[in-house]
Amino acid sequence: MDFALLRDAFWMLTFDGLALGAIYALISLGYTLVYGVLRLINFAHSEVFMIGTFGSLFATGLIGVKIEDEPLTDGKMVFTLLFALVIAMLSSAIAAVLVEFVAYRRLRKRGATKLATLISAIGVSISLVELFRIMTDSLPREFPRIMDKTFLVSYAGADIRNDKVIVIVAAGLMMVALDQFISKTRLGKGIRAVSQDENTATLMGVNINRVITVTFFAGGLMAGAAAFFYILVYENTSFKVGFFLGISAFTAAVLGGIGNLRGALFGGFVLGLMETYTSAVFGTAWKAVISFIILVLVLLIKPTGLFGESITQARV
Amino acid sequence: MRLEVKDLHVHYGKIEAIKGVSIVVNEGEIVTLIGANGAGKTTMLKTISGLRPVSSGQILFDGQDISRMAAHDRVELGLSQAPEGRGIFPGMTVLENLEMGKYHRKDRKSEMKEDLEKVYHLFPRLLERINQAGGTLSGGEQQMLAIGRALMARPKVLLLDEPSMGLAPLMIANIFRIITEINNLGTTILLVEQNAQQALQRAHRAYVLETGNVVKEAKASDLLNDPAVRAAYLGVGAH
Repeated sequence: MDFALLRDAFWMLTFDGLALGAIYALISLGYTLVYGVLRLINFAHSEVFMIGTFGSLFATGLIGVKIEDEPLTDGKMVFTLLFALVIAMLSSAIAAVLVEFVAYRRLRKRGATKLATLISAIGVSISLVELFRIMTDSLPREFPRIMDKTFLVSYAGADIRNDKVIVIVAAGLMMVALDQFISKTRLGKGIRAVSQDENTATLMGVNINRVITVTFFAGGLMAGAAAFFYILVYENTSFKVGFFLGISAFTAAVLGGIGNLRGALFGGFVLGLMETYTSAVFGTAWKAVISFIILVLVLLIKPTGLFGESITQARV
Repeated sequence: MRLEVKDLHVHYGKIEAIKGVSIVVNEGEIVTLIGANGAGKTTMLKTISGLRPVSSGQILFDGQDISRMAAHDRVELGLSQAPEGRGIFPGMTVLENLEMGKYHRKDRKSEMKEDLEKVYHLFPRLLERINQAGGTLSGGEQQMLAIGRALMARPKVLLLDEPSMGLAPLMIANIFRIITEINNLGTTILLVEQNAQQALQRAHRAYVLETGNVVKEAKASDLLNDPAVRAAYLGVGAH
């Protein structure tokens, strides 16, 4: 155990934890949004994230950025960042909508049980992982350095790296945008109405299937953004990247109270910080163990999660 | 005829809940369906609004067969419902709940203010609670909100499912007075009620439903004086 490291590098770790937490938070929004409207854990959401990382690779490939290239600068860098972000978001969003269409919609129409749908979700998840395993020859892929990573400032021993600043700020903006979409727009209100009372929402003229599509699309956009931020910071991906990130993000959603958007955000940041601190103290190998112990403890004390209300009160 | 149901059959799994019911609701009327718990009243409304599938038979709205139409499209035609248990969105404010009533009329934003005014006029209490979460309202206030929200859709036919359920007598009288007022303003109403006394006093015509069948159809005022109905549903006479 190395508490000295935690003490000496506390602000550094906090900053890193926030960047990781922002990525978790963005992914966990997708779990919680879908759970809100369908009362279903979309186990394929981790693969929606994974597809976003490959979407980012595809985007830089289109522009012609190579692994061995020097980091990009100025206009070309900004354009590449934005282009890869948009492509990642779109590829994840389209993947999410397709998953819903193929794996869930038909089952729902025919009145399948939740368990059948759950198995279908796991099946889609495994299929996508294996598909990407075959397509990548089971090898990880490197992501080119599209921006020069420099330390902007040093504060109390914390070196603030520019790419992580971008991640935290951009993720924050996206969360605000999603929050505004859900609370202010007509479709967003439709999502909330379906989450709170599906039958009554239908009686208001809400087309449930359309709302479900929009929900998967929105969750996919967030997962795609997370995917781009992830690959920007860590500069590699593989077919199994979704598994690890997905488990953490799902944990974050449950920790915060599944079905609650702000809970998912909070859970994401808490988990990101916890994992970073515990890695420093106990070593990286222990981070999942500690995280899950904390999750179980929280659920023992508050079974609905930190922000979880009873289902009828759930405010999505 | 505004609304006509012809030989309707509805099943829950293998159990037949509605066994060949035919009813008619004319323009401008208040028609009530009365009957005991489990008679199929709520199922009738759910089927008319499209939440339950039709096994056989027809639902005609202004002559158009809507029995296979998606529920959310029926709202657009002018069918609007205050459902059983009120169906208030608990995490939305009173105002947001009312706005949801206009969800399908996306091109009619200009009507919003005018229609909100109308609802506040009928239910001044809602105006006082405008920013309160729907889940925190009292039962009576929730019923007002459910009816007000249904009116936001500018329905041609308003479907009301047990508006008196769980309310104090004073509130019941208040709600039924407003139902008559809404009808006087030109909205046709199909009212499902266990409180037969109030429903028959307010309605023009009535159907008595027993275990999925219409056993009696008459002018509401006649049923109020019908000894069998009085014994079974009004708790007076006979014995």
